[in-house]
Amino acid sequence: MTVQTGIQPISAARRAKDRLVQVLVYLAFALAVIPLLSVLWLVVKNGLGRFDMEFLTHSMRNIGARDAGGGAYHAIIGTLEQVLLASLIAVPIGLLTAVYLVEYGEGGRLSRTISFFVDVMTGVPSVVSGLFVLAFWILVLGMPFSGFAGALALSILMMPVVVRSAEEMLRLVPRELREASYALGVPKWRTIVKVVLPTAFTGIVTGVMLAVARVAGETAPLLLTVFITDSINNDPFNGPQMGLPLYVFDQAGRPTDTAINRAWTGALTLILIVMLLNLVARLITWWRSPARRR
Amino acid sequence: MAKQIEVAGLDAYYGSHKAIEGISMTIEPRSVTAFIGPSGCGKSTFLRTLNRMHEVIPGARVVGKVRLEEQDLYGADVDPVSVRRTIGMVFQRPNPFPTMSIFDNVAAGLRLNGRYSRSQLDGVVEESLKGANLWNEVKDRLNKPGAGLSGGQQQRLCIARAIAVRPQVLLMDEPCSALDPISTLAIEDLISQLKQDYTIVIVTHNMQQAARVSDKTAFFNLAAQGQPGKLVEMDETSKIFTNPAEKATEDYITGRFG
Repeated sequence: MTVQTGIQPISAARRAKDRLVQVLVYLAFALAVIPLLSVLWLVVKNGLGRFDMEFLTHSMRNIGARDAGGGAYHAIIGTLEQVLLASLIAVPIGLLTAVYLVEYGEGGRLSRTISFFVDVMTGVPSVVSGLFVLAFWILVLGMPFSGFAGALALSILMMPVVVRSAEEMLRLVPRELREASYALGVPKWRTIVKVVLPTAFTGIVTGVMLAVARVAGETAPLLLTVFITDSINNDPFNGPQMGLPLYVFDQAGRPTDTAINRAWTGALTLILIVMLLNLVARLITWWRSPARRR
Repeated sequence: MAKQIEVAGLDAYYGSHKAIEGISMTIEPRSVTAFIGPSGCGKSTFLRTLNRMHEVIPGARVVGKVRLEEQDLYGADVDPVSVRRTIGMVFQRPNPFPTMSIFDNVAAGLRLNGRYSRSQLDGVVEESLKGANLWNEVKDRLNKPGAGLSGGQQQRLCIARAIAVRPQVLLMDEPCSALDPISTLAIEDLISQLKQDYTIVIVTHNMQQAARVSDKTAFFNLAAQGQPGKLVEMDETSKIFTNPAEKATEDYITGRFG
C-alpha cells in the first residue's frame, strides 16, 4: 500500500460511504420515531372523542355495562395522589442516598454495596414490587388495599431512578466549587445544601420527572395493591382506589365500544398529565436558573 | 489582623505517596511570600496544608506542625472549618458559584456561616469589591450572575469573596495563570495593596511575577521524579533572584532547568 501525500480531493468511495452511513442514520432515526408517532397518533385519534367535561369530572359509579358516558375522575384523583405519595417517599430517600454516595461514601465498602443494590433495584420488574407490597404490607401487616399501598410499590420503582440520576448530577458539580466553599470556612453539610445541591438542581428535577413519568404509567403493581373501583375515593389511605393505568386496563378489558373508547381517553389523559408535570418542572428549573437573570 | 505562620518539619501524603517532606519556614505578617519551583514539586500541596485544605482530598494527610501565632493548626481539638475561615484561599482557576449573583458570591462566606442583616451585607460586599478593585466595574449589576464576568473579573470576584470573611492570611494558588497580562497586572496591584492588611502567600510559575510582587521567595524542588518535594531555600526575594545561596536555585531562576 502506498502512502498518499499532499492534498487530495475526496475519493468517490469515501463519498459513497458517507452517503450510505448518512442514509442508515436517518433510517434508524425514522425507525425509532415511527412507533412513538404512531402511538401518539392512535391515542389522540381514538381518545379525543370522549375527552370531554363529563370524562374529567365523573366516575364510573352507576354506569352500566353498555352505557355510554362515565368518566375517569376517580382514576385521575387516584393517579395524582399515588404518584405524589410515591414521590414524597422516594425523592427524599433517593436524594439523600445520592448525597451519601457522592459526598460521604468515598468509594468505601458501604457505598459500593449500596450502589450494587441500587442497580439491582433498577432491574426489579414492576410486578415484583407490587407483589412485595401485597405480601408484606397487605397480607403480613394486614393493611387494606389502598392508594398508599400502591404508592409504596411505586416508590420502590422510583427510588433507584432518583438515586442514579441525582448521583450523576451531583458528580457533575465541579470539585472546585466545593473547595471554594470549604476555603471560605463553610462546613461540609452547608456546602452540600447551599452550593452543591443548588448547582445540580436542574438536573435533579429532570431526573425526578423521569422517575415520575416512569411510575405514572405502571399498571401491574397497582393491580396488586390499589385494587380497582368504579367510585371516587379521595382517601389514599383507606380502601381501594383507581389509577389511570388501572382504568385503561379495566376499560380495555370490557367488551363494548363505549368502554374501549373510555380506555383510549384514559390513556390520552395519562399522557397529558405526565406532559403537564414535565412542563411544570421545566418552568421551575427555568425560574431557578441563573440564565434568567442575565 | 495579619498573623505570622510558622511551619516545622511538615510532611504531606496522598495515600502512601509522600508529596512533600521536611518543610520548615516562617511566613511574615503583612508581607507577600512567593513559592516558586518546577511543576509537581509540591508548592500547591504545601500551600493547601497551610489552611487544612489538603485533607479535603480523600486519603490525604499531614504530619508536622503549622502554627498561626502560637496556635497549632493541626492540634487535636482544632476545627478545620475555623482554620479555613481564618486563612482564606484563592484558586488557580476562578471558581465563582454559578448559581449565585455577584452580590451573593461575595456575601457567600458570611451568609453560609451565619445571619447578617441586609445592610451589614451591603457594607461588606461593597468594601470587599472595592478591596478587590472590582467595585466600579460591577456596582451597577450586582444581581447579575457571577459566572457572566470575564476571567480576570471572576478572579477578582473570588478574591473579594475570600477577603469578605476577613481572614488573617490569604493563600493564592497561581491566581493569574489563567488570566491575560492586563488582568494579571490588576491582580498584582491588588496583591501589593492587600499586603497592608493581610499575610499573603502566593504560588506562581511566573518568576517575574514572584520578583515583582513578593518580599520573600521560597524555592521548592524535588530530587527526582517520584521523590517528595523539598524546600531548597527561602530568603529575601531580591537575594534569591540576584545571589541565591544554592546552585539549584540559580539554575532554576536563570532558566537552566525547570
